[in-house]
Amino acid sequence: MRALKRVGAEGIALVLATVIFLVPFSFMLLTAVKDEVQAEDLDFAWPSEWPVVQNFTEVIEARDYVLLRAFVNSTVLTVASVALIVVFAAMAAFVLQRRAGKVSKLADFLVLSGLIIPPAIVPTIWLLKGLGLFKTMPGLILVEVAFGLSYAVLLFRAFIAAIPRELDEAAMIDGCTGLTLFFRVIFPLLRPVTITVILTTSVTVFNDFVNPLYFLPGDENATVQLTLYNFQSQYSTQWNLLFMDIVLITIPPLLLFVFFNRKIVAGMTAGAIKG
Amino acid sequence: MTKQAAGLRTGPGQAGKQQGHARASRKRQRAAYPYTLYLPAAVVYLVIFLVPTVMAFYFALTRWTLFDSTFVGLDNFRDFFAEQNLRIGFVNTLFYAVVTSGLKVVLGLLLGVLLTSKLRLRGFLRSVVFFPVLVSTVAVGITFSALLRPDTGLVNRSLALFGIDGPDWLGDANTALLSVALVDVWKGVGFATVIYIAGILSIPRDYYQAVAVDGGGAWHRFRHVTLPLSWPATYSVIILSFIGGLRSFDLIWTMTRGGPGFTSDTIASIIYKQYQAGFFGLSTAGNVILFVVVTAIVVPLNYFLGKRQVAV
Amino acid sequence: MKTSHRARGTALAVVATAALTSCGSSSGPAADGTVTLSFLVDNSQATVDTAKALTDAFMQANPKIKIETETRPGGSEGDNIVKTRLSTGEMSDVLWYNSGSLLQALNPAQSLVDLTGDPVLANVQKDFLPVVSQSGKAYGVPAGTAMGGGILYNRKVYEKLGLEVPKTWDAFMANNEKIKAAGITPVISTFKDTWTSQLFVLGDFYNVQAAAPTFAQDYTAGKAKFATTPAALAGFQHLADVHAKGYLNEGFGSAIADQGLKMLVEGKGAHYPMLSAMLPPMVASTPQAATDVGFFGVPGTDPAKNGATIWEPAGLYIPKSTKNLEAAKKFLAFVASPAAAEAVNKVVQPAGPYRIQGAKLPDDAIQVAKDLQAYVDEGRTAPALEFLSPVKGPSLEQITVAVGSGLTPPAEGAAQYDKDVEKQAKQLGLAGW
Repeated sequence: MRALKRVGAEGIALVLATVIFLVPFSFMLLTAVKDEVQAEDLDFAWPSEWPVVQNFTEVIEARDYVLLRAFVNSTVLTVASVALIVVFAAMAAFVLQRRAGKVSKLADFLVLSGLIIPPAIVPTIWLLKGLGLFKTMPGLILVEVAFGLSYAVLLFRAFIAAIPRELDEAAMIDGCTGLTLFFRVIFPLLRPVTITVILTTSVTVFNDFVNPLYFLPGDENATVQLTLYNFQSQYSTQWNLLFMDIVLITIPPLLLFVFFNRKIVAGMTAGAIKG
Repeated sequence: MTKQAAGLRTGPGQAGKQQGHARASRKRQRAAYPYTLYLPAAVVYLVIFLVPTVMAFYFALTRWTLFDSTFVGLDNFRDFFAEQNLRIGFVNTLFYAVVTSGLKVVLGLLLGVLLTSKLRLRGFLRSVVFFPVLVSTVAVGITFSALLRPDTGLVNRSLALFGIDGPDWLGDANTALLSVALVDVWKGVGFATVIYIAGILSIPRDYYQAVAVDGGGAWHRFRHVTLPLSWPATYSVIILSFIGGLRSFDLIWTMTRGGPGFTSDTIASIIYKQYQAGFFGLSTAGNVILFVVVTAIVVPLNYFLGKRQVAV
Repeated sequence: MKTSHRARGTALAVVATAALTSCGSSSGPAADGTVTLSFLVDNSQATVDTAKALTDAFMQANPKIKIETETRPGGSEGDNIVKTRLSTGEMSDVLWYNSGSLLQALNPAQSLVDLTGDPVLANVQKDFLPVVSQSGKAYGVPAGTAMGGGILYNRKVYEKLGLEVPKTWDAFMANNEKIKAAGITPVISTFKDTWTSQLFVLGDFYNVQAAAPTFAQDYTAGKAKFATTPAALAGFQHLADVHAKGYLNEGFGSAIADQGLKMLVEGKGAHYPMLSAMLPPMVASTPQAATDVGFFGVPGTDPAKNGATIWEPAGLYIPKSTKNLEAAKKFLAFVASPAAAEAVNKVVQPAGPYRIQGAKLPDDAIQVAKDLQAYVDEGRTAPALEFLSPVKGPSLEQITVAVGSGLTPPAEGAAQYDKDVEKQAKQLGLAGW
């Protein structure tokens, strides 16, 4: 009886979640495969025509295959930035959480400031120009890292707090200090939150369009979000192509998520066996 | 591996002992937690973020066209406070931040629990819930604007089946801000959920087994293990989504542009409009004010939440 | 872009784990004498199509010059990109940007190449030059055509109901009443795209000027106000009137421009206060947009003084930072020639008259362009206020939405706008504010 109730409750939650999250998604899909005139209605109707291939090729070929170049750029940007953010932030968060004192208080405040203060674009451009990094991929990567650090530090710090210090001491008796202590002992334990940081940060960087727009302008440097502008303007919009583009640029991060999701599940079963 | 298991068994429940460690010898602390670990993050953050920010704050005291700047003292601050819709903006900002962060915490926790339980469609559902996070804000804005349309929108069509005449959600001054806030929750709850999933997965299995041995039910398990021990996640979600809510304007901008009229303006959207109008000095002054306001709210909150974290 | 090698070396070391691609923009002439020009345009369909027509025709005639077009978002977001790039010296060789008040904010004397007296301007109509000038120096050539800002109306609806193009506001409202009685939406409003709400106010400027000829100067000097000038207040009053009479479409608060145009072309709505340039992109998917939709100026009080408000075309400008001045000038000279207009005509339907001497509308021009040309030929036009004054408050579109939705009374809206304008004038550092 109780099990039945449980299944029922779960079923309702399932249906609810699916409806709430999948209905908007199917709207995007439907609009992506409509013809231009019908797509303009932006309603939740079944397509009368199915120019799927045509929409697809039009989006891919637009502006001299800018979408493909954008994919390459976005991937390089995302992978490099996220790798740096994860390592830098986890290291900083470790000391920040473990070592109390004035330095940590200041660092704490800087982390919050990084979350609160919106980046100042023009002075940043001056600075990058001074460093010779303006309009370069490394420059943009550093910008993404600087802007993304606070968020990652905050998450890592909260989760490091849950790792007991006894562990550090045991490791130190084994002769691990500093870097080795962190990378050999602590970092592997942070796996669930690391995966979370990777997921969320890569989505943020991949979907970012303000920073690429200002710090790495130019069609050959476009990132995926900028391709949306090809089909949308202040005056008129080709909705079907816009949504086809949206669907296309959403698929890679979705695949990434499915991949990492497996990792989360794997981590979970490992934990269960251990216990 | 044994070390790891041993550590986990000690668990966060022992965190109270941290007081003792604070007295541990400084030398050992320096060796175990060297400040050099800060270095890479500090360099990038200082050079690329902090220096330009400090430079920008100077421009809050100037009339700045990007081409040249004239020093005007505190005029910009006076002008910002004289902004016609600042009061509405302030009330809206608080409302928006409280509603969105509150719902994200509650729904994120529930979904997190649901999606770490032994559900058959767990993997699929996780992807489904996380999907909105992946979609660009522009796309979310367009999609919901369409679904919330007064005449042909799916929401009102569905309401009509129950005989309810739905409003023009985004075009009506009474419902616009709340509608955007709910869409924000829809888009952001996946974020909160993955943080909660990480939090729940970090809880050692032993605790659940202990509860099972004691004969506790699902509610007991949730109330006495999941809820307190996923505190790192709760802390992160509250801080991140609250700051996000106070600063938020991108979704508001795509869905209502602060309208109709000025009725769904937030402080951040007012600043953004000033920036777009080319009032760079004025908008920088606005950012300084927003920074002070958010700090005044978040620092005590952070302190309070941080204290709880140690006490768990 | 000279830099200290050490700084760059450090930075590179930091990102050593990443794959590096460093892309600079094109510059200087290549060895074989070909020059590559970069050209920045906004991303609206009409602009992109026009730019493509222009560059294609130009490159065919000048094989030694290659033009790479780069797009940017439109609206105020685009304004900021242009300002940022100009002020940091990172602008393309040629840029497409608004004329009038927006150009003034680019600090042209400091950032753009002065073209006064240059042969580049030979074919440009003299009365266009003021809108691309500052302190008597001209900086640009017209790109595309002028457009009308007024009422787009469905001629089929007018025909069916036996209506005539109104010459006064009262006649317009009488038409609306009949249209409403016939079950058709009289006035389409699309307040989700807030900028579309301003037309009743901005498009009314012909009437303002007819009643108060010195309004533009007095307004720039801070002496004339919208709230205290009856003719200027009328625009706000009109917005409130059409709302109060229930002439707007259902869901006007969340409708967008695309929807509005569609309603108009399909005859579900009769009037749409709009810019004529919105129509040409519609023609491809709905051919009747070319014939069924006409244009008239926002009517005023006096039938004898009826006319229309005109928006000048955008301009092409050369930033001082260019390294290819000669080639850039060559391109501008081409754009300001009748041959360029012909090349554009083949691709994009013009939405109004050209500002180039000797350039003509094609015979199969769309109806709105013909209607507008008639106003021009009879001399019954005035430029919009933003082409006569550098002062334009940034919040007008929100205020007009509030007035047009019945949230704010018209007099209060006008007063709010006056305050908004004051804020902008102060930020511009204008004298007299």
